[in-house]
Amino acid sequence: MLLEIEDVSLLYGRIQALHGISLTVDEGEIVALIGANGAGKSTTMRAISGIRPVASGTIKFAGEDITKLRADLRVRRGLCQAPEGRGIFPGMSVLENLDMGAYTRRDKAGIAQDLARVLDLFPRLAERRKQAGGTLSGGEQQMLAVGRALMSRPKLLLLDEPSMGLAPMLIQQIFTIITEINQQGTTILLVEQNAQQALARAHRAYVLETGRIVKSGTGTDLLHDPSVKEAYLGVA
Amino acid sequence: MTTTIDPPERRETAADKLRQGRHAISERWHHAPRWVRWVLLVAVIAFFYALPNKEFYQYLGPIPTPGANFTQVMFTVSIYVLLAVGLNIVVGFAGLLDLGYFGFFAVGAYTVAVLTSPSSDVKTLWPWLLVVPIAIALTMVSGVMLGTPTLRLRGDYLALVTLGFAEMIRIAAVSSEFLKGQRGFNQIPHPPGEYADGRPWFGVLDARPYYWLVLTLIILVVIGVRNLTHSRVGRAWISIREDEDAAQLMGVPTFKFKLWAFASGAAIAGLAGALFAGKQNFVNSQNFELLNSIIILAAVIFGGSGNIVGAIVGGGLVAYMIERFRGIELFGVELYEYRFLFFGLVLVVMMIFRPQGLIPNRRRAAEFKDRRKEVIVGE
Repeated sequence: MLLEIEDVSLLYGRIQALHGISLTVDEGEIVALIGANGAGKSTTMRAISGIRPVASGTIKFAGEDITKLRADLRVRRGLCQAPEGRGIFPGMSVLENLDMGAYTRRDKAGIAQDLARVLDLFPRLAERRKQAGGTLSGGEQQMLAVGRALMSRPKLLLLDEPSMGLAPMLIQQIFTIITEINQQGTTILLVEQNAQQALARAHRAYVLETGRIVKSGTGTDLLHDPSVKEAYLGVA
Repeated sequence: MTTTIDPPERRETAADKLRQGRHAISERWHHAPRWVRWVLLVAVIAFFYALPNKEFYQYLGPIPTPGANFTQVMFTVSIYVLLAVGLNIVVGFAGLLDLGYFGFFAVGAYTVAVLTSPSSDVKTLWPWLLVVPIAIALTMVSGVMLGTPTLRLRGDYLALVTLGFAEMIRIAAVSSEFLKGQRGFNQIPHPPGEYADGRPWFGVLDARPYYWLVLTLIILVVIGVRNLTHSRVGRAWISIREDEDAAQLMGVPTFKFKLWAFASGAAIAGLAGALFAGKQNFVNSQNFELLNSIIILAAVIFGGSGNIVGAIVGGGLVAYMIERFRGIELFGVELYEYRFLFFGLVLVVMMIFRPQGLIPNRRRAAEFKDRRKEVIVGE
């Protein structure tokens, strides 16, 4: 198991956002976490990346207990999150943003290689390499966030709502890229409101409701599950 | 794959023209040959070295201050510039709001006073030069002590705690027996050095040597800060300022770097305090009003937070403007009495028309735009 979360609870002040969540991600998988607004998807991500401390439970990464580990050290272990929405550095250029992604690394040759790979995956970013991140369109910022996370050469890539606010054409594109990244050998944990796309691409998936996991299974199973269909796919 | 999309055309306004004009100046500067830039830079530095000489400044028309010894004023201005450069690291680069920066200045000045003055209780009577590094180290330590519990928290806590810190230092200075309150410390030694005929370099009457010393140190500090900002440390600071969560998600140890910014800023303030004490010869509790912290913060924002040149210009202009009001009467009213009214007015006007400061940092300007967009989207 690359990532093992056991019985994790998390509090925002006095409000309990997660009630004992358990999930696992195996090496090479795409695992999706779907659920409605406020179900706790992004909170789960924050707990995994270490931005928010958990109240109880354990998080294990590659066999090591990282529950209490600082966020920046988790990145060094190979766990990197592309934050939701506007999580890029608006004043830095596209290249500087990507460079920040490789902050923990010192192997110049490897960084150059990964930069070429990212610019190859996202030609739009190559076109705008000198432009300030804040001046990019929403879709381009999203790509930049994903590309930047890839620059750390993560073992596990956490993607928080990569399709949020994107035009349907771009959504297709970004999911294609996600599959491609996975096929190149990166394990992916994906949080999505766009359940249709996420389930179609994921090997396995979990359904989150008000801070609890209510269902899990393979992507295709859940895609055909009547209750999932009704609640998240807009099919009666 | 090299096509770029042109931005949509729109009508030019006067503001646009102004922006372009300034843009053109900065473009010209950045595209000028290396030697041209060096010559200009040397000329500017030479101008400021020459400035406190009467033979020079008497030809400068309205620049010398009518109501005060211009050389003295220039020394005060130089201290403010040094402070602005230091605070710019904390506020401008790392984006930490420090409302009590002058407190570190006080720590520096009092360290020198206590360890050198004959009126101090410890009676060490050490020479000034020996105490300067101690003063810097102590301010750094006080910065770390203040930063360690507060920098883990986000947002406004730091502003409040630093505000409280500066007040604590001031009140300690006023009421503690050890720090001598209003009576203060006298006979603080000057910096060392003497001419061939035995006269000291740093005397009581002539402020010029002190000004030159501070000016030289400003140049050294600026070179150091510039190098820092172009390194991994600088990148980490900027990323923290732009988006602390994202910085952490990229593996930047944010707490460590915030503490670093805080401590280096404090060290520079400590140096300024030590210089001030060495010049003044006398330190008492009246030198450290809260207002000074606000003035320096205003100077950094006024000049353009996040830009070293902006901080220098801001610190210089603000300190100079305040002194410039001295000795001017209008309708029988001494303008100096109302200096902070004008100061406030200028700040308000600035914040309306140019919130990013006189000489903003290119990145910082983009962040401002980004935040405005965010506000509009959020509504």
